[in-house]
Amino acid sequence: MTHTTITLLTEDALVSLSAQVSGDDLWVSAPELTRILGWTLTRDGFCRGSLCIPIPPGREAEFARSDGSVNLAALARQRGQALVHDDSATVWALDASTAARSAARTSLEAPDFTLPDLSGRMHSLHEHRGKKVLLASWASW
Amino acid sequence: MDLPVWQALYTELAPRNFVVITVAMDAGGAADAGPWIEPAAPTHPSLIDAHHHVAELYDWVNVPSIAWIDEEGRIVRPNDPGFAGEFFRGMMEPDFDFQAMLAEHQRHQERYLGAVRDWVERGPACPYALTPEQVRERLAGLNPDHARAAAYFRLGTFLQQHGRGDAAQAAFAQAKALRPESWNYKRQAWHLEEVGKSGGPEFWAEVKALGNRPYYPRSEL
Repeated sequence: MTHTTITLLTEDALVSLSAQVSGDDLWVSAPELTRILGWTLTRDGFCRGSLCIPIPPGREAEFARSDGSVNLAALARQRGQALVHDDSATVWALDASTAARSAARTSLEAPDFTLPDLSGRMHSLHEHRGKKVLLASWASW
Repeated sequence: MDLPVWQALYTELAPRNFVVITVAMDAGGAADAGPWIEPAAPTHPSLIDAHHHVAELYDWVNVPSIAWIDEEGRIVRPNDPGFAGEFFRGMMEPDFDFQAMLAEHQRHQERYLGAVRDWVERGPACPYALTPEQVRERLAGLNPDHARAAAYFRLGTFLQQHGRGDAAQAAFAQAKALRPESWNYKRQAWHLEEVGKSGGPEFWAEVKALGNRPYYPRSEL
């Protein structure tokens, strides 16, 4: 399988990386996975900080190969996070809300975000902590 | 467009420890949203969300959608349509009464802004500030199809912004199929396909197809 350069929209960034694409699977080198998403393959599974996602016994081949590559798509599936791609499989997107929405359902804390205004200045919801906030969507269309 | 209303409310209530944040769900970015923002001259944070990230985070499928967030950063109303109503749906009928629609809209707006003022004044004692249990009831559970729809929609906005309009529409089609109730997905995709299409015959046919079902979630304010 040959390596190709793909674009991945992560939860908060746009990254370019070398990967092997096989259908809906996306194999990347283990250090690359750590660099872009923070997950490290350990004896306990994929770990980020204190959180580990164990690999189900007997299904190791779905997640990691002896050449040191790991399947980013299998990790996403195991986390319940959607990963989709365009027809040419050169652009991939992770859903950016599953983890935040799951946390919000427990804590009721409003999910934070950072977006630009018309002048390009960035604003975050958390800057307004201590005030009541009315958050309203609209659209030009 | 509601921006001038929100700006006026912000001007009125900002001294009471209150802020309005408006977010444009516009994949066309400043080019699309800017012509509406500039004349409104907002002094509140008036933001542009080219990937509809806020709608994804708050599980919103239409505009306007509104959340109330208290001083501790907790949601006390997760999703209501503000003073938007269903009355516009008869607009294509020959005998439609525009004056009656405007009067109805005015009534809704006054009632909604009154509810916001009451919340700013009384906090949790305001009957429209929901209890944690009520908020949890209104926060939909995680749905794998909706998560895939959101990922396809983000993919589509990226492809669009990189000049791949056809590939973007293919991604939007996936998002729409996985979450057909999202007017945001439908109307944004139509707009990117052809300016004006988001309010064209396709839109009205889909509104008609709703039958007795609501266009907006119930506000009960």
